[in-house]
Amino acid sequence: MLEVRNLQTTFTTEDGVVNAVNGISYSLQRGEALGIVGESGCGKSVGVLSLMRLIPEPPGKIVAGEVLFQGRDVLGMSMNDLRALRGNQIAMIFQDPLSSLNPVLTIGKQISETVLLHTDRNREQARRHAIDLLNIVGIPDAKNRLDDYPHQFSGGMRQRVMIAMALSCDPLLLIADEPTTALDVTTQAQIVDLVMRLRKELEMAVIWITHDLGVVAGCVDKVIVMYAGQIVESAPIREFYSNPRHPYSIGLLGSLPKLDSASRQKLNSIQGLPPNLIDMPDRCPFLDRCKYRIRDCGMKSPPLRNIGSDHEIACWVDVGG
Amino acid sequence: MKPEKKALIEVKNLKKHFPVGSGLVLRRRAGAVKAVDGVSFDIRRGETLGLLGESGCGKTTAGRTILQLYRPTSGEVIFSGRDLAKLGRKELRTIRCQLQMVFQDPYSSLNPRSSVHEIVSEPMKIHNLCPSSEYSERVSDLLGKVGLNPKFANRYPHEFSGGQRQRIAIARALALNPEFIVCDEPISALDVSIQAQIINLLDELQDEFKLTYLFISHDLSMVRHMSHRVGVMYLGKIVELTDRDQLYSDPQHPYTKALLSAIPVHDPEIEARRSRIILEGDVPSPANPPRGCNFNTRCPAAKRRCFEEEPDLREVSSNTWCACHFV
Repeated sequence: MLEVRNLQTTFTTEDGVVNAVNGISYSLQRGEALGIVGESGCGKSVGVLSLMRLIPEPPGKIVAGEVLFQGRDVLGMSMNDLRALRGNQIAMIFQDPLSSLNPVLTIGKQISETVLLHTDRNREQARRHAIDLLNIVGIPDAKNRLDDYPHQFSGGMRQRVMIAMALSCDPLLLIADEPTTALDVTTQAQIVDLVMRLRKELEMAVIWITHDLGVVAGCVDKVIVMYAGQIVESAPIREFYSNPRHPYSIGLLGSLPKLDSASRQKLNSIQGLPPNLIDMPDRCPFLDRCKYRIRDCGMKSPPLRNIGSDHEIACWVDVGG
Repeated sequence: MKPEKKALIEVKNLKKHFPVGSGLVLRRRAGAVKAVDGVSFDIRRGETLGLLGESGCGKTTAGRTILQLYRPTSGEVIFSGRDLAKLGRKELRTIRCQLQMVFQDPYSSLNPRSSVHEIVSEPMKIHNLCPSSEYSERVSDLLGKVGLNPKFANRYPHEFSGGQRQRIAIARALALNPEFIVCDEPISALDVSIQAQIINLLDELQDEFKLTYLFISHDLSMVRHMSHRVGVMYLGKIVELTDRDQLYSDPQHPYTKALLSAIPVHDPEIEARRSRIILEGDVPSPANPPRGCNFNTRCPAAKRRCFEEEPDLREVSSNTWCACHFV
């Protein structure tokens, strides 16, 4: 359904060109859930913003690549076609629900706006549809809350409103960009539960972006790990957690304390800091922090290669293999 | 290091209420946000007490009130035989040498106009710890201890990443050889791979300097990793306080149970087998807490008594304290 090929996005800044996304490729089937994991600045958000062409140009620029959604080329589309696609077939929810909602419009207005734009329902029907949506996402007393403003809702409730908006046109793909990062664990559990239930009911595909390896473990089919604008590992979920192969993935999993580990065992942290994305040389981006580096790693950036059963890594060494 | 039995700090029925005003011109007192509402625990020498809770539960306020950064509304904080809540400014300043804090946000807790040297040496200056000729040496020493290159002493905070800034903040906290450090969400602003570095550092420093920590966090697995005992807070009160292993293997309070079941575990095999307790609704406002048990609006096991009578924190088995009528 969705196919991303060699997508590259750069930002021109005073200090030079930042290669935020540096040639990522992946595909997504109908109804599939994909997790994209990485630390801040690794390009995970810019990657999905680029595929909806939501990158501000300038300073941003999609310099290469192809995005096919149901066989149609998104990057070459006219603005009108793009508008028909966004919010209708591909919907998105963001990290901070307060700043993504308009504070001076009631949430009823904001939800029905999408419905009015993309379907031929009239105002009254759109309003009723909005009530249904709020019921689906679990907002109590939906009928009366429709005329409330965003500030009258709590963080978790705002995220539910965002989800209701995203679902308003029955999208085929829902992109969730760190939707639970600003929320507490008990609220996070509610939201994860909600999205995954809706995914089954509506047969949506989901791209779930997060820095939390715990959240994706329970809810996606496939996981992609990004580092410095590149995909370093891609694997089915169980395979990834039982058999991580890229040194960065291994480091990430090692730096999380396990709930069943012995008391105060030292964590295997990754040394050093992520690289600067300006003018990156052609070598493995993880080189400086890697325990397993060999001479080749400094010569050329490793391509993503298949190491069996849908499992891909970008590493010359292949630590687990 | 094994914690001693003796308490270093005793907190007794600590309360911090923030007044809420109303009216634009003539400010009247309209009520109070009960951020911390009767919290009691002790912290033993050499131990890490974890304070766990969701945002708005009062854990940060509790930490700050213990250090008297906020003066408590009522209650006592006993440290080396003296009640900090009753001390005057001067006495408090002397005793603060031994009580330090590491803040959540390393971007706003370091003065952007001071160099690292100034930041780390300032506490020594204020407390006349050593002659000024020794500052440089001591700063280098401290930077080395927290894993920073001592040559960086003349740089400014903006030249460092989040993890490095947190190391500077830790060096500053260590500058006065404190006994007790409140770590208020020291890792939540950092990336995962950096979090582990800071946690390991705090661990090592505790062993080396025999420190006692109050580790405040909402990250359940990090609290488990760091702490000897853990207190769980909900709406300004402690609902459960017990040994770490006891808490994570056999939680007693319904809120603790729900909280633990909500942590995502980074193992799909376990995730598939777990059953989640999903709590309904949100935390009530601390300005207007429910009658009876604080948790009664969301508790799956709430009965009539919970709406009428507030449960006390009582010892339900040895070393396990819980505030629930039905445990």
